[in-house]
Amino acid sequence: MSARAETSARAVGAPRTARDARALRTAERTGAELHLDGLTAGYGGAPVLRGVDVRVPAGTILALLGANGAGKTTLLRSVSGLMPAASGRIVFDGVDLAEVSVEDRARAGLAQVPEGRSVVAELTVDENLRLGGLQRFRGRRLTAAVDGIYDLFEPLVRRRRAAGHQLSGGERQMLALGRAIIAEPRVLLLDEPSLGLAPRVVAQIMAVLRTLRDERGLTVLLAEQNVTSALAVADHGVVLNLGEVVADRPAEDLRTDSALRHAYLGF
Amino acid sequence: MDRLLFLLATGLARGAIFALFALALVLIWRAARVVNFAQGAMAVVATYVAFAVTGLTGSYWIGLASALVAGGLMGLVVERGVMRFATHASPLSGVIIAIGVVMVLQSALGIAFGPNARPMEAPFPETPILLGGVPVLSPYDLFVLVVAVGLMGLLALLFTRTSLGLQLRASAFAPEVSRLLGVRVARMVTAGWVLASAVGALAALLLVPTELGLNPHSADMLFVSAFTVAVVGGLDSPPGALIGGLGVGVLISLVTGYLGATVAPIAVLVLLVAVLLVRPGGLFAATEARTA
Repeated sequence: MSARAETSARAVGAPRTARDARALRTAERTGAELHLDGLTAGYGGAPVLRGVDVRVPAGTILALLGANGAGKTTLLRSVSGLMPAASGRIVFDGVDLAEVSVEDRARAGLAQVPEGRSVVAELTVDENLRLGGLQRFRGRRLTAAVDGIYDLFEPLVRRRRAAGHQLSGGERQMLALGRAIIAEPRVLLLDEPSLGLAPRVVAQIMAVLRTLRDERGLTVLLAEQNVTSALAVADHGVVLNLGEVVADRPAEDLRTDSALRHAYLGF
Repeated sequence: MDRLLFLLATGLARGAIFALFALALVLIWRAARVVNFAQGAMAVVATYVAFAVTGLTGSYWIGLASALVAGGLMGLVVERGVMRFATHASPLSGVIIAIGVVMVLQSALGIAFGPNARPMEAPFPETPILLGGVPVLSPYDLFVLVVAVGLMGLLALLFTRTSLGLQLRASAFAPEVSRLLGVRVARMVTAGWVLASAVGALAALLLVPTELGLNPHSADMLFVSAFTVAVVGGLDSPPGALIGGLGVGVLISLVTGYLGATVAPIAVLVLLVAVLLVRPGGLFAATEARTA
């Protein structure tokens, strides 16, 4: 890591000493603001995202809407650092993330649930959860955190010794979400959590997001094609089309104004 | 019958060494998706270090400890210095770089120590104990078995019961997801190389006293046998390395005993080809986990 990267990694909360590390692990973490400023990114050639500005205030849920190929996944992968930004800035809690590695972004409290419920198939449910929590908790506190997730997603308790590849789609999504929130992140990125799930499971997942926002002040960036479910919990909605922001409105407006919805979301 | 028992017992002791060395190959394969063709040469370097340290201090045990340290350091240097730069676009590039490392190490050892085998003493007698008048295992064979089984037990505990082990496994199976959870995957890959190289060094150190002596090519046959073991057991499967190692050890022992030592390498290669034809993934490959 370069000296510059070291500095910005510290600035977003990487500890200097063992005592700092302990203090950081013990401190209650609340949501942070996420701000994208003129973000341009893509897989070489033509950029997928073109100068996107998005602001997600701390403690709110932002629904990122748009058709397949609009750039939702690219946006999330840029924020978590899996994909480099060509230009523009990604600002997390006031700090530019340009020089911060994927791992350090995660440790600072930026959690991502990638598309396709990426549980580690070879690990058990318990191990997946412990993996999510062990950068923040160890020993008994880690076990307590895992139990906290089982309280939130009760169907997982019976499956705790099952390997990831034995789970149903709904169980996988619960596990992927549980694993992302176990370390008490400050910003949570979700890529189409409702994809292929029964409505009842979708409702349960949206309810968990709402609870996390209301009780812990978690900031959520929720990319969804299931517009109705996403807008039901979101405070704000942003519509992407071909890599550009075409609408940026309170969720209430997008929910209730049928002319607006028709123009931007096609129904 | 007595002869069969003797061959089985010595085959198990030899097989335990193959199993350890194959386990080292499996560990690197899981961590970095590279078959480490340089492992034999790296282990021989560590064995020379042990040889020198034992010569200086007069203690086999300090030599053994220094082989573990030297083996781990070899893993660190080879991974950080060379293998890290292998492109993952082609699985062949890692193999070719590893073969290059073998050439460099074997030539360097040849220049430094010459091609002649140097006899290495075992810490325990190598004459078999008589059990009811039947020769079975030597005290040194017993020592090898205890060390190999004990080390495998420790590794199993490390991988299944510790945070480091969990991160090592997660990094191997799902590097991208692991990074998203804050796991420093690059460090875990290095840790896998260090761990595997130390295990490989120990296997070579245990083997050499039962052979003619230490020379730059001491681990060549060990590598071929252990590579067969790893392929037979499934490159992804530590239990496969254990069972395969014991199996190949017994096979070599029986073939050597009944058909002659020159036939043994052929038997190993026949087994390798047969398994590749019938079950290319290995006998213990976790196919259901890989395809999920």
